[in-house]
Amino acid sequence: MNQIADILATMEYGPAPESSEHVRAWLTRHADGFGHFIGGAFVAPQDGGQFDVFNPADGSLLGRVALGGAADADAAVAAARAAFPAWSALPGEVRARHLYALARHVQKRERFLAVLETMNNGKPIRESRDIDIPLVARHFYHHAGWAALAATEFAGWRAIGVCGQIIPWNFPLMMLAWKIAPALAAGNTVVLKPASLTPLSALAFAEICAEAGLPPGVVNIVTGPGALGSTLCRHPGIDKIAFTGSTAVGRELRRITAGSGKKLSLELGGKSPFIVFEDADLDSAVEGVVDAIWFNQGQVCCAGSRLLVQEGVAPALYDKLRARMATLRVGDPLDKAIDIGAIASPGQLDTIHRYVEIGRRESAQCWQAPGTLPNTGSYFPPTLFTDVEPASTIAQEEIFGPVLAAMTFRTPDEAVALANNTRYGLAASVWSENINLCLEAAARLKAGVVWVNCTNMFDAASGFGGYRESGFGREGGREGMLEYLTPAWTPRAKLSDQHATINAAPARHPARSDATLDRTAKQFIGGKQVRPDSGYSYSVLDVDGNSVGQAGLGNRKDIRNAVEAAHKAQGWSSMSGHARAQVLYFVAENLGARSADFVGRLCRMTGAPAEAAEAEVAAALSRIIHYAAVADKFDGRVHHTKARHVTLAMPEPWGVMGISCPDDAPLLGFVSLVLPAIALGNRVVATPSPAHPLAATDFYQVLETSDVPAGVVNIVTGERDALAKVLAEHDDVAAHWYVGSASGSAAVELASAGNLKATWVNNGRAIDWFAPGEGQGEVYLHRATQIKNIWIPYGE
Amino acid sequence: MDTLVQGRQNARPRNDGIPLALDLLRGAAVNLSAVERRVASLPGRRTVKKEWQAAWLVKALQLIDLTTLAGDDTPGRVHRLCAKARRPLRADLLDALGLAAAPPHVAAVCVYPAMVTPAVHALAGSGIPVASVAAGFPAGQTKLAPRLEEIRLAVADGAAEIDIVISRTHVLTQDWRALHDEVRAMRAACGEAHLKAILATGDLRTLRNVHMASMVAMMAGADFIKTSTGKEDVNATLPVSLVMLRAIRDYAALTGIKVGFKPAGGLRTTKDALNWLILVKEELGRDWLEPDLLRLGASGLLGDIERQLEHFVTGRYAAASHHALA
Repeated sequence: MNQIADILATMEYGPAPESSEHVRAWLTRHADGFGHFIGGAFVAPQDGGQFDVFNPADGSLLGRVALGGAADADAAVAAARAAFPAWSALPGEVRARHLYALARHVQKRERFLAVLETMNNGKPIRESRDIDIPLVARHFYHHAGWAALAATEFAGWRAIGVCGQIIPWNFPLMMLAWKIAPALAAGNTVVLKPASLTPLSALAFAEICAEAGLPPGVVNIVTGPGALGSTLCRHPGIDKIAFTGSTAVGRELRRITAGSGKKLSLELGGKSPFIVFEDADLDSAVEGVVDAIWFNQGQVCCAGSRLLVQEGVAPALYDKLRARMATLRVGDPLDKAIDIGAIASPGQLDTIHRYVEIGRRESAQCWQAPGTLPNTGSYFPPTLFTDVEPASTIAQEEIFGPVLAAMTFRTPDEAVALANNTRYGLAASVWSENINLCLEAAARLKAGVVWVNCTNMFDAASGFGGYRESGFGREGGREGMLEYLTPAWTPRAKLSDQHATINAAPARHPARSDATLDRTAKQFIGGKQVRPDSGYSYSVLDVDGNSVGQAGLGNRKDIRNAVEAAHKAQGWSSMSGHARAQVLYFVAENLGARSADFVGRLCRMTGAPAEAAEAEVAAALSRIIHYAAVADKFDGRVHHTKARHVTLAMPEPWGVMGISCPDDAPLLGFVSLVLPAIALGNRVVATPSPAHPLAATDFYQVLETSDVPAGVVNIVTGERDALAKVLAEHDDVAAHWYVGSASGSAAVELASAGNLKATWVNNGRAIDWFAPGEGQGEVYLHRATQIKNIWIPYGE
Repeated sequence: MDTLVQGRQNARPRNDGIPLALDLLRGAAVNLSAVERRVASLPGRRTVKKEWQAAWLVKALQLIDLTTLAGDDTPGRVHRLCAKARRPLRADLLDALGLAAAPPHVAAVCVYPAMVTPAVHALAGSGIPVASVAAGFPAGQTKLAPRLEEIRLAVADGAAEIDIVISRTHVLTQDWRALHDEVRAMRAACGEAHLKAILATGDLRTLRNVHMASMVAMMAGADFIKTSTGKEDVNATLPVSLVMLRAIRDYAALTGIKVGFKPAGGLRTTKDALNWLILVKEELGRDWLEPDLLRLGASGLLGDIERQLEHFVTGRYAAASHHALA
């Protein structure tokens, strides 16, 4: 036993293996392979295929799972569809009991699930045991609560139907929980496809669903390759797709689902900044970096992979960081004292190697902690690149590995500029002891989650999700529930796909001559009335085909100019809600003063009877007043996450939005869409009804006389779908609302895949602009904003 | 191994201190929540099992400043403590652990000044130093002259280490010059005896105060910085310890001098001891896991270590009555 004396000399930690006995017994029991979980039971794949699942820590085979195809997807969707009516009709409290049972069962199986997760994914047992699985249970508990409260908290909303959910391999069970818990709480049923690398914990969860007595068909789990995910996205029996994964695949799913009417939420990649100001607690910031980029081997969509350090403290921080890296232990993920486990697959390991080679070639300084890696399995050492430039590949591309790219900045402005210099916008971490600096940075960062003096904090009560090409939609909290609900009034009848023909030739039928001076409707861009770039105008006809005037035939350059003007009007977004409200009340005042003109215009243009036109103008007037009232009242929230944390949920305007307006109710439709957008701080490029554009062009005179700053509302007349396409393709437009034909809706969704802008389209279905709750209301406010969650721990 | 440790004990170069450098304090940035997260996650990140755990517990034993600081201390009580300090483990356990050839003993015995003489007698020939609290322990609210005299008398009686208390007033009023002067004067009064500066962190309240007081005490020449007297409302905690360890690291980076650390008060279980050892190893490295740079101020801890080691050896849970009282 002189081993004790030897250890006394070295004071090494020694091995601390977590037992895998129970999981191995389970795998042995399933040695013949797992089926799909459909309709409450495991069923063999219809074509009998299976594929292998491995342990990345040593490359060993763990089991065989069903290779799902179209027939399996059909069966799963059918089971979910069959279960939906009863499940969605259950009292919320009964659904809550089921979710509570799932939470309890997850807790009772916590170590089993943690060991299984680590064996399949390669993450350290410390993380699966202390972070992943507790968050899984937490998510089900939290959403048991939402199920109980849904009827009152989400009055006016209803479940969507069958949800197709596709999750990644980096947090297999946690992502499952983030998908399934809110879907079920809201009354939906689901078909979930786990990642092909890591399906095992989902299959264990399927057994838990059965064990916990969840009604058959409410949760269905199908395993298979990526193509099975695409199959689900194309499936006509699915009403909503939720995806977490790479931006490239997210873009593909956006294209696949375009025009299908499916609701879509995407949680995609990131290149999140980790900003260290010179007055930060540097030692704590170093620990933050460890949690940011060496958590889960850096295979985290919100990993703080870009370290931005204020120049004066960069050498000190890098020294501390390198010293800390030397104490990170890489090795067997089932060892309880391991910090960095295995990369999830040999393929991902190759990707990481490739990026590190590129980093070296692009002459950044690479530093890796000394030490050896296990001989078998997929491992990569923690890696720090310094002297990285914003133009470097490793500063731009998501590596999804334990590789940190560091660069310096001089001023807070530069820090924010560098941080926002990315196509992504998932998360950001800000370190400073100065609350002024922290909160200003948090406000200016384009990211869905901002962690102040912390990083990678998650809680079911807080939303999580990205800006820009990191996707749209939130998971967690109230904002996450809305992704699984739809306004109770949707959908209505389909509109005709036909639209007014627009021609720039002089009209065959003359305008009625009433001896008034000719009026010229122009494009309204940057606060100026400008002639259309094309030099073409088209005749606006009344119901009898008589010309009632001309409107500019807008083209892509008008849109380009309008978007530029809207970007310049940034001041509108940073104004106080009160200041915006005053402007909007003034708009109402000026519309009121001219309501007779608008009534006359509507009557002549649309042939509407006078009472109908009067009603539309009156409704438009009250709509403006409504949104003026809302402008300073659409508050954020403080979420209940962890003790001694303020977790803010702040609705922020998208910035620049495109709005394609409908033909029916040409004034009210326009006002109903433009007003909520600008009330909450967006600047818009709106294309009015092509058939009846003149109410909107008259409206710009109201805007001009009401102190609406130049560029806040830009109006481009012309063909709806042609202009919508330019807007939807525009990379510097953050969101697009489209109300028009089904084919136009599909085209907008398809084109939006470019920069993954958030879209809201009517799928060719009519909207009753006069109906309370439908033409106006909360859903417009949610759609006009995205939630930024800001985590602020406190305490001295 | 044990002789090596003994040879190194108190043999490190002294910390001569540096002039007060206020610019090193101005940036004192300590984020409470982040510090708490670090210490909260650490027990999940590191653990020692089986032989490694046994060895780490023997190490913890070797780091103990076995302490009695009570109004009812007597020479008899101190003798009993010193006997335990010399032979903390039962012979059968020593045999089983393979340590009979060089039995481990605790790092020091820590007593009030009046008990230094009996302690020195009781430990004669053991190589175990006597540490004395002094300088107005525990509150430090007496005038500097008698505090310095108390130090000199304890050293004259044979104390090799003096655990002084700082004037918390100087920290709470941010009078760093006064604190530096005070500790410097105490360091001079210690002569050859090593100085451990008790910061009484429970009185300092904020982690930034702890960080700044740590830095000033080291600048003034403290050989060790120590968390607590054991008499404050809150004694050694992991967050406070983390801040002090980071200050030690910064001071070493600045001066090249390694200053020791002593958590005291509140360490009662082997789990506590392992947590502190892991924290120290992670933050400062292997060098600090020796008695010349790390002490655990405790009285009850030893008993728990004995029981755990017996469990390791026999596989049975142990009874306290099977181990000699301290």
